[in-house]
Amino acid sequence: MSMFGFFRRKPQPDGSADAAKERLSILLAHERTGRQGPDVLPIIQREIMEVILRHLKIGKDNVDIRIDRGDDFSTLEINIELPEAGGAKPKAASSAR
Amino acid sequence: MAKITVVTSGKGGVGKTTSAAAIGAGLAMRGKKTVVIDFDVGLRNLDVIMGCERRVVFDFINVIQGEARLKQALIADRRLDNLSILAASQTRDKDALTTEGVEKVLDELSQEFDHIVCDSPAGIERGAHLAMYFADEAIVVTNPEVSSVRDSDRVIGLLSSKTRRAEKGEEPVKAHLLLTRYDEARVTRGEMMKIEDVEEILSIPLLGIIPESPAVLKASNVGTPVIFDEKTPAAKAYSDAVGRLLGEQLEMRVQPGERRGLFQRILGRTA
Ligand SMILES: Nc1ncnc2c1ncn2[C@@H]1O[C@H](COP(=O)(O)OP(=O)(O)OP(=O)(O)O)[C@@H](O)[C@H]1O
Ligand SMILES: [Mg+2]
Repeated sequence: MSMFGFFRRKPQPDGSADAAKERLSILLAHERTGRQGPDVLPIIQREIMEVILRHLKIGKDNVDIRIDRGDDFSTLEINIELPEAGGAKPKAASSAR
Repeated sequence: MAKITVVTSGKGGVGKTTSAAAIGAGLAMRGKKTVVIDFDVGLRNLDVIMGCERRVVFDFINVIQGEARLKQALIADRRLDNLSILAASQTRDKDALTTEGVEKVLDELSQEFDHIVCDSPAGIERGAHLAMYFADEAIVVTNPEVSSVRDSDRVIGLLSSKTRRAEKGEEPVKAHLLLTRYDEARVTRGEMMKIEDVEEILSIPLLGIIPESPAVLKASNVGTPVIFDEKTPAAKAYSDAVGRLLGEQLEMRVQPGERRGLFQRILGRTA
């Protein structure tokens, strides 16, 4: 049996099927939980923007949200480019929708 | 101004997304600043083929609806720094794609990129229509089989009538034929249409011949466009196609299918 197993495995040496399964289980776990609710990221972004705008004069373009979905945990990375003194855009131009 | 190229076919599952990912990456490898956009709203797949599915935050529809800036929705490829991806929405309705919205996004991308590659959904409905509407060039992905060739013919008709270039009476969309999943052994055995036959029927210039190749499945398993697996026949064939797209004169070589062993090759030759 072990000999057959050896021969049968031989044509698949790259192991990419395991990578496929791992990627899919992470992806689908996230997609299935996200399916019920609304798209939360735009909401999170808008609310973060509102908080920031209360204190700082920055534009929508100066906020960058990145995500990396992982198996055990995901990371949400929010980069806010702070204006130099006097270099801020007018508040009206940065109202988040 | 970017060149807008749609990867389209009419028929589903012929290799549009595989080709859009490979050609987008191939353009970037040749130093062109390139963005690949997924127009398949509701069934996005370009992100998994390009291997950036874990990093999708905002999508095309978010940008169209003003929920995110384009800059925030673009995902930078981790292998090539002049390659970006704009994902389709997985949750929204297809009707969220509007002509004006798509035009605005393409205009903005045009400022920054050399090439915009649009991965069309199957069919000829809204998503497919909008993917081709603003195109300068089209890559018509076709398998050497009757239903695929028929659908490609239909799509070639739409390219010459239902695009902005057609409506404005400008120079027509330049259509290229990309023959994919080509199996030379089966052609030799008379089971599959010959390249010349498909070319003759569709009568648009041939951009490349992509062999049926196990490397394509492997590439999709790991989320790396097949063109990165440089030694494989599929990668060489895509790389040649990219060269031709950029105007290089390259001899049309049929890459041998990987599945055929030496024994089959000998049989094929003498048959
Ligand atoms: N040259 C090839 N050799 C072997 N398999 C291939 C090749 N090209 C594509 N495939 C396979 O065909 C299937 C469909 O490919 P792909 O998703 O790229 O098609 P598509 O035209 O984008 O489909 P859809 O119409 O659903 O968007 C996939 O399983 C892919 O791995
Ligand atoms: Mg597709």
